[in-house]
Amino acid sequence: MSEQLIQQLVNGLLIGFLYSLIAIGLTMIWGVMNIINFAHGDFLMLSMFISFWLYTLYGLDPIFSIPICTGLLFLLGLLIYKYLVSKVMTGPALAQLVVTFGVSIFIANAAVLLWTPDFKMIEKPLLTGTWSFGTIQLSIPKAVASAGSVLVSLALFLFLRKSKTGKAILATEMNRNSALLMGVNTDRVNALSFAIGSALVGIAGAFLSMYYYIYPGVGGTFGLISFCIVALGGFGSIEGAFIAGILIGIVQTLGGYFFDPAYKYAIVFALYLVTVWIRPQGLLGW
Amino acid sequence: MLEIKNASIGYKGGVLAVQGISFTVKKGEVVSLIGSNGAGKSTVLRAISGLLRPRTGEILLNGEPLHTVPPYDIVRRGVAMVPEGRQLFGRLSVIDNLLMGAYAIDSKQRTQETLETVLALFPRLAERKGQRAETLSGGEQQQLAIGRGLMSQPSLLMLDEPSLGIMPKLVSEIFQTIHEVSKKGVTVLLVEQNVFEALHISDRAYVLQTGRIVLEGRGEELLKSDLVRQAYLGM
Ligand SMILES: Nc1ncnc2c1ncn2[C@@H]1O[C@H](COP(=O)(O)OP(=O)(O)OP(=O)(O)O)[C@@H](O)[C@H]1O
Ligand SMILES: [Mg+2]
Repeated sequence: MSEQLIQQLVNGLLIGFLYSLIAIGLTMIWGVMNIINFAHGDFLMLSMFISFWLYTLYGLDPIFSIPICTGLLFLLGLLIYKYLVSKVMTGPALAQLVVTFGVSIFIANAAVLLWTPDFKMIEKPLLTGTWSFGTIQLSIPKAVASAGSVLVSLALFLFLRKSKTGKAILATEMNRNSALLMGVNTDRVNALSFAIGSALVGIAGAFLSMYYYIYPGVGGTFGLISFCIVALGGFGSIEGAFIAGILIGIVQTLGGYFFDPAYKYAIVFALYLVTVWIRPQGLLGW
Repeated sequence: MLEIKNASIGYKGGVLAVQGISFTVKKGEVVSLIGSNGAGKSTVLRAISGLLRPRTGEILLNGEPLHTVPPYDIVRRGVAMVPEGRQLFGRLSVIDNLLMGAYAIDSKQRTQETLETVLALFPRLAERKGQRAETLSGGEQQQLAIGRGLMSQPSLLMLDEPSLGIMPKLVSEIFQTIHEVSKKGVTVLLVEQNVFEALHISDRAYVLQTGRIVLEGRGEELLKSDLVRQAYLGM
């Protein structure tokens, strides 16, 4: 294998772990309440802007903004569930679609209005530079963001599998009525899941702000990719989303390497279409 | 202990499935609710466990209204339900299904003790602790559903067709288990198609027909009644 190819694989893996983290939040929300949060990408964008403004106004490095972004996005998720999503939970599916779609459009437009559509960057983050392993270059902020993403994904996985609250979330996802019979307040589980899903994408946004362009449209791109990952991994499957995120990251990078970078998203969506054609329930769906 | 007073129960947008029924379950009793398909037996149990609300009438537990308690708090009042069709958490392990049964119990030690009792009652589950519930056989799944119901240490256990889709040998085992559970002081409300076996272990029973109670009596009495013999025992 040529060294360039290895380099591309490494790059794919780095972005893939971040994709996984973004998609896990989305798939969890779907799994528990069968709602697609169309504003998921916009939550990512908001978190990036929070990080940007904390840096610009208070000189806080994005690495220290992580807990703030997480907390604020958790709160945002909680409020949006309580005041919007919960109102349409028992309503027609279209109403649920329109609600999160509306939130998405509102946030995206408000961001343009408030912060202009221009690209911004955090100029001098603490983490910069690259590590070199022979000819392989590893961007330090990307490596840290990826490692952090894996850790957070793992922590969520453990929380769901081992803690009492986590198991109640999984149980609600599998059989809502049975969960009620066991004494689980399933409405609270909804709220918590929506908030955790939002907090996860908040963490991803904080990581991403360390090295990526920050602009209102960033949510659209990442949002679309995360929908693909969720479908590819199997709706509601956390493990599926984790694997599919890595897969998409690698395919996207290799696609851009072997073909033209302009086609990298086309290749991602082609992979998605082929997979759901062969296996409509996704890789690990049921 | 449990009193249903003139309750009418229906589904969203549907006609009433159960019309003005009244019955009681006394402490320590095994009471059966029998009737043909669609008579409304499951509907009654769903209303008691809070998944449905009676449109009119009342459900009282030890004299206190149960039909106004949020569904997730009913189990905390000591009422557990083993639903029709088992309704397990398919991708959770046997142990996690049982632990979910004890979700309403805060004490870890009490949960652990109950877990041991339940596993002793169902040795087959003990052998399959780590297995995903959806991969169990039908009989094992039913045992798990009953075990999960017992995990909340209920004073009233409701079972909806626990013998459904299970081979005859296991059916008598399950009825034996229910009998044992009741001997330990748990009050039992049982819905069954297996009328003969059900009446056999019941102190009293009610016969439900198209949403109304048409007959009630002691288990053995009903076994001798013409209606029950003709309609449900095919004699
Ligand atoms: N979710 C539902 N929505 C609307 N109607 C329902 C629903 N579930 C049951 N029903 C109706 O309520 C009536 C009583 O149903 P129920 O399930 O209580 O019968 P059952 O006595 O338990 O029958 P079975 O022995 O077949 O389980 C039936 O006419 C049924 O069609
Ligand atoms: Mg039924």
